[in-house]
Amino acid sequence: MLLTIEGLTKRYGTGDAALNGVDLAIPAGEVVGLIGPSGAGKSTLIRCINRLVEPTAGRVFLAGDEVTGRRDLRFMRRRMGMIFQEFALVERLTVMENVLSGRLGYVPYWRSLLRRYPAADVQRAFATLDRVGLLDHVDKRADALSGGQRQRVGIARALLQQPDILLVDEPTASLDPKTSRQIMRLICEVCAERSLAAVVNMHDVALAQMFLSRIVGLRQGRVVYDGPSNGLTPEVLTVIYGEEDWTRSAQRDDDVADEDVHGARPHGREPLAAVG
Amino acid sequence: MPVTRAHDGLPEWRRSTPRQALLRWFGWLLLVALFVFCWRVMTQDTIWAYFWDAPNQAADIAARMMPPRWSYIDALWRAMWDTLAIATLGTVLGIVLATPVAFLAARNTRPSAALVRPVALVVIVASRSINSLIWALLLVTVLGPGVLAGIVAIALRSIGFIGKLLYEAIEEIDKKQVEAIQATGATSLQVVDYAVVPQVMPAFAGISVFRWDINIRESSVVGLVGAGGIGLNLEASLNTLAWSQVSLILLVILATVLVSEWVSAKVRAAII
Repeated sequence: MLLTIEGLTKRYGTGDAALNGVDLAIPAGEVVGLIGPSGAGKSTLIRCINRLVEPTAGRVFLAGDEVTGRRDLRFMRRRMGMIFQEFALVERLTVMENVLSGRLGYVPYWRSLLRRYPAADVQRAFATLDRVGLLDHVDKRADALSGGQRQRVGIARALLQQPDILLVDEPTASLDPKTSRQIMRLICEVCAERSLAAVVNMHDVALAQMFLSRIVGLRQGRVVYDGPSNGLTPEVLTVIYGEEDWTRSAQRDDDVADEDVHGARPHGREPLAAVG
Repeated sequence: MPVTRAHDGLPEWRRSTPRQALLRWFGWLLLVALFVFCWRVMTQDTIWAYFWDAPNQAADIAARMMPPRWSYIDALWRAMWDTLAIATLGTVLGIVLATPVAFLAARNTRPSAALVRPVALVVIVASRSINSLIWALLLVTVLGPGVLAGIVAIALRSIGFIGKLLYEAIEEIDKKQVEAIQATGATSLQVVDYAVVPQVMPAFAGISVFRWDINIRESSVVGLVGAGGIGLNLEASLNTLAWSQVSLILLVILATVLVSEWVSAKVRAAII
């Protein structure tokens, strides 16, 4: 197993456990979707893996090396690329600087300070920017890009670490439906190309089902489902999220949902008729 | 309970209960009473004859100030140059000293909460609590009169100002960008370089120019105690009751401050 999580628990302050004894095993090259209601501990789980949040108990292993409880954390972190919900680019740095910051775990301080990265790193940065389709934006400042472009920079930065695994925290939460699909497609493609494993935390079940074959459902800090995405029956969704009419929305994706709002409705009165 | 039921049964809402409102009005009343009392204490020692004579005295001095002695300007060029040099070099020295202090004081970059941060905060408070003129007075006795004392006085006063505003700016940065850089496996120095410094750069530039602008005004005063610059001429002219020179000096200072305001406004607009 590439990533093994054993009994991971996180308690914030004196409150309830955000994570409660989570066990999870991910083999090399597998992309796993993590779903669950807000507050279920999806983000906490991802952040406990690279210890941006320090777990209260439990152990995490990356390819047999324990991540938890070690002092030279940065040598483990550089093997795990992270992609963030709101991109978390350094806004005032250029695209190239942001992408090259993925090498910070490998280069000495003076090289990073003077931006004198090894030629091989710079070549890899160009190649990665080409792969995510941003070769024309190398010298732009990150805050000059659109949301989708920024997330592509975030992906390129994570890939430049040449990681064993990607930790992806709500990659599409601040993107429109079309861009969301493009970003999810890109993440899945680069993972397949590099036989890279990933944990992708998602709030959009339909999008997760569309792109990911294995889904882990989290509720109140516990794993309540771990199986194929086509096993997400209304009963399973009720276990994960609670009572709701899942037969209506589970099979729909965003475009259908859009038509539902703007187009003619099958039931009920016309939405505009009431206004006019 | 701001929400009450009126006679017709509809809910009514006010910001505060009648009791809270009464207390607030009483507080205001106390404040006004205190003001009236203080005014009486303040004015009981005033010699009103002087007060009523003040317009005449002011008119007299104004008349002596007019017209300014324009020929005196030749003696002021060098002094004005010294004043600008004191302000600029003092600001630069202040920035150099204040930047590390700010990083040691900010909660999210300090290396130790128990030892280093309190020391850095004491440096900032000590610098801020002493006026430039007092710093200059102390330094003239230590370093002797002259421009150097002025530069060091301005720098010491600037440490607190720049240090405080800068460390507050450091504490207000976006944490997510810091987390993203930490997640790459960067060392803490690299995190400062890639995630903190880019975010505080605009604030840093703005604070520096703002302090330079203030220091132009302060450096025209430190000469009063012998620390160089145009203040020396001001003191000499005041002592000899050369009011027409005083008025010229004030005009020159006014012009310089206007120019520095313009420059710093331009710089700040360029950064933001």
